[in-house]
Amino acid sequence: MELVNITKTFHSAQGQTEVLKGINLTIEDGEFVTLLGASGCGKTTLLRIIAGLEEADTGSIILDGKDITALEPYKRDVNMIFQNYALFPHMTVEENIGYGLKLKKVPKAIQHKKVEEMLALVQLEGYGKRYPDKLSGGQKQRVAIARALINEPKVLLLDEPLGALDLKLRRQMQLELKRLQRKLGITFIYITHDQEEAINMSDKIAVMHEGVFEQVGTPNEVYYEPKTSYVASFVGDANLLRIDGELYALRAEDIQIQEGSHCTHKAKVLEKSFAGGQLRILLELSDGQQVTASRFGIDYDLKEGEVTQIGWSRAQKIK
Amino acid sequence: MAGAGRRKSNNWALVAPLYLFTILFVGLPLIYMVYLSFMSRAKVWGFTNDFTLQNYLQILEPIYMSTFGTSLKLAVLTTAIVTLIGYPFGYFMARLGAKAKRLMMIGIMIPFWTSSLVRLNGWIIVFRSNGVLDKLLMWIGLTDEPLKLLYSYPAVVFGMVYALCPFMMLSVYSSAEKLDWRLLEAASDLGAGRARAFFDIAFPLTMPGLMSGIVLTFIPSMGLFFVADILGGSKVVLIGNVIQEQMTKGRNLPFAAALSVVLMLMTSCMLGLYRKICGNWKGLD
Repeated sequence: MELVNITKTFHSAQGQTEVLKGINLTIEDGEFVTLLGASGCGKTTLLRIIAGLEEADTGSIILDGKDITALEPYKRDVNMIFQNYALFPHMTVEENIGYGLKLKKVPKAIQHKKVEEMLALVQLEGYGKRYPDKLSGGQKQRVAIARALINEPKVLLLDEPLGALDLKLRRQMQLELKRLQRKLGITFIYITHDQEEAINMSDKIAVMHEGVFEQVGTPNEVYYEPKTSYVASFVGDANLLRIDGELYALRAEDIQIQEGSHCTHKAKVLEKSFAGGQLRILLELSDGQQVTASRFGIDYDLKEGEVTQIGWSRAQKIK
Repeated sequence: MAGAGRRKSNNWALVAPLYLFTILFVGLPLIYMVYLSFMSRAKVWGFTNDFTLQNYLQILEPIYMSTFGTSLKLAVLTTAIVTLIGYPFGYFMARLGAKAKRLMMIGIMIPFWTSSLVRLNGWIIVFRSNGVLDKLLMWIGLTDEPLKLLYSYPAVVFGMVYALCPFMMLSVYSSAEKLDWRLLEAASDLGAGRARAFFDIAFPLTMPGLMSGIVLTFIPSMGLFFVADILGGSKVVLIGNVIQEQMTKGRNLPFAAALSVVLMLMTSCMLGLYRKICGNWKGLD
């Protein structure tokens, strides 16, 4: 799939908002791509344009060599999983999942068989006769996934699908989604504002900010080699440090304190805080810039107010 | 324990006025009406306490049966037209922006602030021979002479539809307002065209609004005698008109009561049917 120079501007009484400012992206078959960005960065709009629920002002969407830009949503080989699941409340789980096949006039027996397969795939055997309001959040999520996957789309779009689940369930569903995606080999375009989720699951991450891609790359690249200050601070909360007029991104875990000869920068410990498995230490350099270092374990023999020497093994120069 | 007891008695004190009101103004009159329907007509005015089935037997006479028939037909026709106008109106109103919605709502509500009698009399000016509508049609050149629209069956149907449309619009609107439009997007994403998505998703989910709209239209349209009176003259006689005539000019209170009881039973059946249909609806709310 290819997105070529997509733009979109919303008009309202308050004026115009340029939501997408020329989006270009190439997605390989079977790739797990995440659009990562804060709310309001335009990622949902982009997803809705790919689904056909919104029309782009300019640009085109190419799927399998065919231009699908002008196709109605129901004619696209693309399915979407909505943020609130959008399950049909007046249909049972079975009817919800089988809806796409019913529309394609697939024979009843085959419909039934495939629905059963899907229920097994998302581990909801025996739930077919229930109505959505009798399901938990995680179960609704699985039904939504099954309802989309039964159509065997070329591309599955997921709009913050785990946003409404609690942390534990979210972690579990992350693994499950990834497992499903590998098993089925379907291209996933996944939206989230959670950088940990993005790094966990994706083959490729596109960091989006104010309607443009700040950086597109593998989780490693985006995490360790951020190209812009936005990417550096949004993904993994890096320290931004100005040294000799140049800007560097510095990961908290890459900062060493009193470890060897390269720790040449004098710094004062301002604050220590324990953040679940990690100790975070706020330090002030002699020129007033502040950095956060992290350490595993709960204790560290530095006291607040103490002056020490720090250094770093890796710093990424950014724009 | 004592506290719970007191709370219960307090509840009673709060609810009692409601019961009292219902018993006084709904229950007792109803019983009185049923009682009356089995009594005999007095020679000059009122009734005598002689039990009879004569009133109900009289209803079986062809003239009254056909009046019930006419009323029922008119009510069905009115409800059908009101549904065809009111459903799309209410549905699309729910899809408008907040500001447009408010404007529409005001537009629907303003006529309610005027007496419906006054509004219906206004239509006389429009419909009568050489009235506003005739003059307009002749001016455009569609007709050469007055159409004599007033005091006709269509005029009565028009009046009924006019009077009852807002109920359907508001009822469907309140139902469509609650509809999650993303469900339609989901249907379309799964392969449904616009029409298909509407009939599979939006229509069933707005069914409660449609059904209550039908009840709110059908039941009054059985009894709105003054519409037939004002716009139908003596040409269209509905069961409501007969009841009114029997009470006033006919001075036959027991017979009027019997007619009312039958009318009430018919509308109750309608309500029962509504309950049954809506009771079968699953997965809503």
